[in-house]
Amino acid sequence: MLLIQCPYCGPRDESEFDYGGEADIVRPKNPEKLSDAEWADYVFFRTNTKGRFKERWVHTHGCGRWFKIVRNTTTHEHGDVTVFGGVEPEAE
Amino acid sequence: MQRYSIFSLARNALSGHRNWPQAWRSPVPRQEYDVIIIGGGGHGLATAYYLAAEHGVTNVAVLEKGWIGGGNTGRNTSIIRSNYLWDESAAIYEKSLKLYENLTSVLNFNIMLSQRGVMNLAHNEHDLKEMSRRVRAIRGNGVDSEILTPAQIKQLVPALNTSKSRRYPILGASLQRRGGIARHDAVAWGYARGADAFGVDIIQNCDVIGIRRKGGKVSEVETTSGAIKAKKVGVAVAGHASVLAEMAGFRLPVDSHPLQAMVSEPLKPILDCVVMSNTVHVYVSQSDKGELVIGAGIDAFNSYAQRGSWRVIESQMSALVELFPIFSRVRLMRTWGGIVDICPDASPILSKTPVEGLYFNCGWGTGGFKATPGSGWAFAHTIAKDEPHPINSPFSLDRFISGALINEHGAAAVAH
Amino acid sequence: MDGATYRVLDGCRINKDKPLDFWFNGEKFTGYAGDTLASALLAYGAFPVGRGLKYHRPRGIYTAGSEEPNALIQLETGGRTQPNLRATQVELYGNLIATSVNAWPSINFDLWRVNDWLSPLLPAGFYYKTFMGGGVATGRWWRLFESSIRRAAGFGKAPSAPDPDRYERMNAHCDVLVIGAGPAGLAAAAAAVKMGCRVILADEQAQIGGDLLADDREINGAPALDWVGATLKTLSKAPDVRVLNRTTVAGLYDDNFVIAVESVGDRNGPPAPSQLPRLRMWRIRARQIVLATGAHERPYVFPNNDVPGVLLGHAIRHYAGGYGVVPGRRVLLGTTNDSAYRTARMLSEAGLGVTLADSREAPPPSLVEAVTRVGVTVEVGFAISAVRGSRRVCGAEISRILRDGAVASAPRSMEADLVGVSGGWNPALHLASHRGAKPVWNETQACFVPSNLTALGIHAAGAVTGVGALADCLDQGHAAGRAASKAAGKIRRTRKPVIEGDDVADPVPLQKIWAVDNRQPGGKRGKAFVDLQNDVTTRDIALAAQENYRSVEHLKRYTTLGMGTDQGKTSNVIGLALMGQQTALEPEAMGVTTFRPPYTPIPFGALVGRDQGELFDPVRETPMFDWHVANGAIFENVQLWKRAYAYLKPGETLEQAVKREVLAVRNGVGIMDASTLGKIDLKGPDIVKLLNMVYTNRWDTLKVGSARYGLMCREDGMIFDDGVTARLGKDHYVMTTTSGNAAIVLAWLEEWLQTEWPDMQVFATSITEAYATTTVAGPTARDLMSSLDSDIDWSNDAFPHMTVRTGKVMGVPARVFRVSFSGETSYEINLPARYGMALWEALVVRGAIPFGTEALHVLRAEKGFILVGQETDGTVTPFDVGMGWAVSKKKDFIGKRSYARKDTARQDRKHLVGLLPVNKSTVLPEGGQIVDDADQEAPMAMLGHVTSSYWSPMLNSGFALALLKNGRNRSGDTIHILSLDGNADEARVVDPVFYDKERARMRG
Repeated sequence: MLLIQCPYCGPRDESEFDYGGEADIVRPKNPEKLSDAEWADYVFFRTNTKGRFKERWVHTHGCGRWFKIVRNTTTHEHGDVTVFGGVEPEAE
Repeated sequence: MQRYSIFSLARNALSGHRNWPQAWRSPVPRQEYDVIIIGGGGHGLATAYYLAAEHGVTNVAVLEKGWIGGGNTGRNTSIIRSNYLWDESAAIYEKSLKLYENLTSVLNFNIMLSQRGVMNLAHNEHDLKEMSRRVRAIRGNGVDSEILTPAQIKQLVPALNTSKSRRYPILGASLQRRGGIARHDAVAWGYARGADAFGVDIIQNCDVIGIRRKGGKVSEVETTSGAIKAKKVGVAVAGHASVLAEMAGFRLPVDSHPLQAMVSEPLKPILDCVVMSNTVHVYVSQSDKGELVIGAGIDAFNSYAQRGSWRVIESQMSALVELFPIFSRVRLMRTWGGIVDICPDASPILSKTPVEGLYFNCGWGTGGFKATPGSGWAFAHTIAKDEPHPINSPFSLDRFISGALINEHGAAAVAH
Repeated sequence: MDGATYRVLDGCRINKDKPLDFWFNGEKFTGYAGDTLASALLAYGAFPVGRGLKYHRPRGIYTAGSEEPNALIQLETGGRTQPNLRATQVELYGNLIATSVNAWPSINFDLWRVNDWLSPLLPAGFYYKTFMGGGVATGRWWRLFESSIRRAAGFGKAPSAPDPDRYERMNAHCDVLVIGAGPAGLAAAAAAVKMGCRVILADEQAQIGGDLLADDREINGAPALDWVGATLKTLSKAPDVRVLNRTTVAGLYDDNFVIAVESVGDRNGPPAPSQLPRLRMWRIRARQIVLATGAHERPYVFPNNDVPGVLLGHAIRHYAGGYGVVPGRRVLLGTTNDSAYRTARMLSEAGLGVTLADSREAPPPSLVEAVTRVGVTVEVGFAISAVRGSRRVCGAEISRILRDGAVASAPRSMEADLVGVSGGWNPALHLASHRGAKPVWNETQACFVPSNLTALGIHAAGAVTGVGALADCLDQGHAAGRAASKAAGKIRRTRKPVIEGDDVADPVPLQKIWAVDNRQPGGKRGKAFVDLQNDVTTRDIALAAQENYRSVEHLKRYTTLGMGTDQGKTSNVIGLALMGQQTALEPEAMGVTTFRPPYTPIPFGALVGRDQGELFDPVRETPMFDWHVANGAIFENVQLWKRAYAYLKPGETLEQAVKREVLAVRNGVGIMDASTLGKIDLKGPDIVKLLNMVYTNRWDTLKVGSARYGLMCREDGMIFDDGVTARLGKDHYVMTTTSGNAAIVLAWLEEWLQTEWPDMQVFATSITEAYATTTVAGPTARDLMSSLDSDIDWSNDAFPHMTVRTGKVMGVPARVFRVSFSGETSYEINLPARYGMALWEALVVRGAIPFGTEALHVLRAEKGFILVGQETDGTVTPFDVGMGWAVSKKKDFIGKRSYARKDTARQDRKHLVGLLPVNKSTVLPEGGQIVDDADQEAPMAMLGHVTSSYWSPMLNSGFALALLKNGRNRSGDTIHILSLDGNADEARVVDPVFYDKERARMRG
């Protein structure tokens, strides 16, 4: 049961969050120009890292905000929280 | 191979069981093999067995980083069924079930197949419609499946609460009578012993750390016991498929998640059928040892840690007691976790890869055990012929590019 | 049962003024308050209380704690029965009823004992080697044997009635959680409290004190229990301390999430007082943990070591010191270490004859002298090499022993009726293992100890680290308490208290003996049990080695070593060490199997808490729910919602009701409760940009006051939701979703807005429950609406199809959408939720006929409108369902690129078609599979399936929607729908719009 550092609300139990998988997969600007293989790579193929893994979470039962954390997928140790788009929130 | 039977048991009893041979050898790896199978789980061992038994390819090594059968083979809830919706899935899972039905005698190793039936419960209108579609598709594929009324369900599984006033009353169920459970370890050991008898080398405690290629073709496997040359390499490492793919320079459409399962303390027989509910979300059977064997969904996050979160266990236990209120005082004895690799369409990959001579078997998600014989059989064909068998050609990596997915997410979006 | 003649001492835990009667296997016994069921039974002697799993040999109580392998009992009967409890953990209460498990027909005469004599045929894993005959295909033999093996296996019985008791869950947070309240745990808790921490101290036993409870030990020169009392007093005075006795910490999870089970309501026997739960499940988040879980004694193994009357040495001390019970007169203790001397002295002082066989050549002289002085005979260099008896120990043998456990002399016969074995200590490191901390081998103490804990926020102290001396436990406890406090951020200078134990001055390390290998002439042979519960013998382990099941996991799985309800707490280490001897590997190289939660078994009910029955899942009800209930509605579950499926008038069948409701809408006016539809309020300047990306069609031209239908897809191009979105103002829209997908669609919008397009200015807010929604549909809907007090102009010109108007209806602000899923003139009236019922009743009074979801589905199917989740299943594109018109070619949107893929671009995919059964009275089966040739062999070439099928009162015929391969090009063809009885129905492929193809009714 992870204790996830929501950058907006502070540490909260995993059960308040939903998972968003691998972070930093950017939607292609011009999908029409991609090959089928390139499109499939964006939609389906994943790095599925063993070790330090940057991933997305959303604080569904809290502030509702998405953010990214780096978590080790073999030990579940986690830290390094980053937010999307805007300004970093002040720490609680 | 010394044959097992009641007679050989009696004969060996006279000598105090001091003359039983090794079930499989633990040889030192050779410098080169025709085929190396990476992963000594059920799928890898079955592949090696069928390579030898069906295709005469016996210069084969199975490399296992730990002990054989130690991954998902030894961690699943041992349910076997072939009641799949889509034709492609029905074909491979039914092939597997048919192989299972003969496996004990073919391997001369009792895998304790118990065809006690697998029941899937329906709790609402949507479930009933899904069930109707599924049963009809399954029967069209020549696989056994039937629909039960609540009264028939109660008769088969008296411990179920079939009261109409439940939060999610049981409105019906489908039943595959040929489904059931088997002894998971025995499947791995039986295939290992069978493959070993053909001369296959089973090499435990041998971790693969690299896959070398020459001109786009696989050439050598680097291991913790040194480099081993191979003409062909088959990978069957379940949760770690992405790690092996990275060694070979490509990515897979899979994510690895913890899947937890659990058993109760052993009880006298109380449940004679495998019962699954997608809506209340739990599945349960009773092992021959008397334990209730329970499972449900994956943990949402990616992980290679073979452990998950407590809340997943709490929620499936609530579901179980909701279905079986008399189990409330039964005690949870042991929980554990495995790593399952899941494809976006919840169907497996049994495929050639971008690297010549390298084949991948992965993406079985939560359903790999039931597929073990069929998967090994088809994978062996794919490796031996360098071409998939019609039964596994739909499960190619290419489907993610062409869009020909085989969507086996049990329930589609529920909506009205 | 005759008197409790083995209660020979004053036990510090029991209250002799409170005798308690209880029943065991139908006979009446008497014990005292403070007893466990085990201690109360042992007061009557060490008689059989259970049977082994495989050979059904008689078994007695073996330990004094949660590691008990033998004494499994079924407690009570009926709905409150509890299988497989350990007698050592059951606190005695008046009129307790217990029976032995796994003995048939009775504990004293068990027919399965025949297995013991057949045992040459039943070596480890024998079932893998036989029962294979009966025909190649089926394994008929196995089926026969399976049912008998199943009956023989298992221990207790599941209850036969639902659980009448209640369970609770409790969440708690603390700075430091101390697990185990022995000397180390108490010292740690005291230290953490001094540092100013919020502390929880949990211990599985009824009384605090751990190992000190059994002993006459001293701390600071006074009885140790005085120190325990004083420490508890300090803790109770501190502001933020919670002491949880009778609380088993069962599992450790990531980030120090801890589960613990507290026995609350039934400690005095069932039923629990009504105000109390039976058990309480604690879910604790601890900043830091002190692991002070102690150690379990392990035996060494010798032939016939399973006879009742053979106990762990430490257990004998516990029963003597704690409960005043010594279940024998002539005691033989076998030890490899110092710990047994205290037991020997205690028993001898109580007047019992005691022989102590110490395997070591040079035990501590001070200990030998101390026990000899009180009359104990010490046999140096000897170990127990066999026990005689079957239902009760009636003698033993000791032999000179070599380092590896081999016997060096002919055995000496000993008189004994009670045998205690002390083979060393296994730290109770299970909980650390739950967190993934690998145990490491400590050669000096010959045990596995936990390692690398600090990084996990865990600090070990006491016997769990492998130490044995009381002073070390106290020191470590204090240090761990301080370290944990510091790591939890509590830094305070405190003085180290003086706590001194009364340890031996000249301790000698233990001797590593796993099994006494009795090959000497005249030595007694017999089964030597490693795992008492699963009946795994030394021979089984040798056989596993011989057959190459050599890794610890193969050993466990092949022989079932350690797989019982005790999870091998007394047997695992011995088993793997014996395997190591077979394969020339040290225990270190063998490793241990991974310990998994829970530490000891937990009743399912404790995990469930209140989440069952009515509280299993919340129920969502619409504002008009009570009306539906009062007016004959039958409901369907749609996610958490209860939706009215149809309204049955007295005497009406479901079919009749649906037909009546359908005709009401087609011919007059019907009303439906559509409050469950998802409603998402959208505000901001960039809504059109968002809609253009999430919907397949274009949104640039939608005027204020207008509404448009849209399809939503995922990146794979498959439909996942649909609905109407209306524009209320310049930067204000409201989106509707299907009932089941309301939360999913909102989450979908948020995900894209936040993670991919953070610059897009749109606020999305769920308003589903803020509104009650009533659909008014039918040719006279306009007349009905016009009859209500309203400032809205209902005329078709002023308020045409696919527009939205705001105004007042019956004096209440309303949003009204002119949209139609039924194909008739239709208004969706949204009022603030609390006014929903008033409008509904007003409409009913004016003659509107309520209709349910089933009638709606007939109506919409007649119009060929898809229902997401029924016509679609995650594999269907807009083109597949004939809605290419709703897919823009001019813009990008989520999923668009996927339509150009090879398989998705195929022209012969499955298409939505209509079906008319050739026999009009047939209603085709939903889910029915479509074939061209119904007589082909399986596997058949199935071309699609019936997605929706109903009786149409308008067509006076059955009709259906279906997905059919290449369906759009098969209009007019006759196809076959397979039925479950082996027959097939014929149907004709037609256009999916069956009614009002011109759409005049809905626009009129």
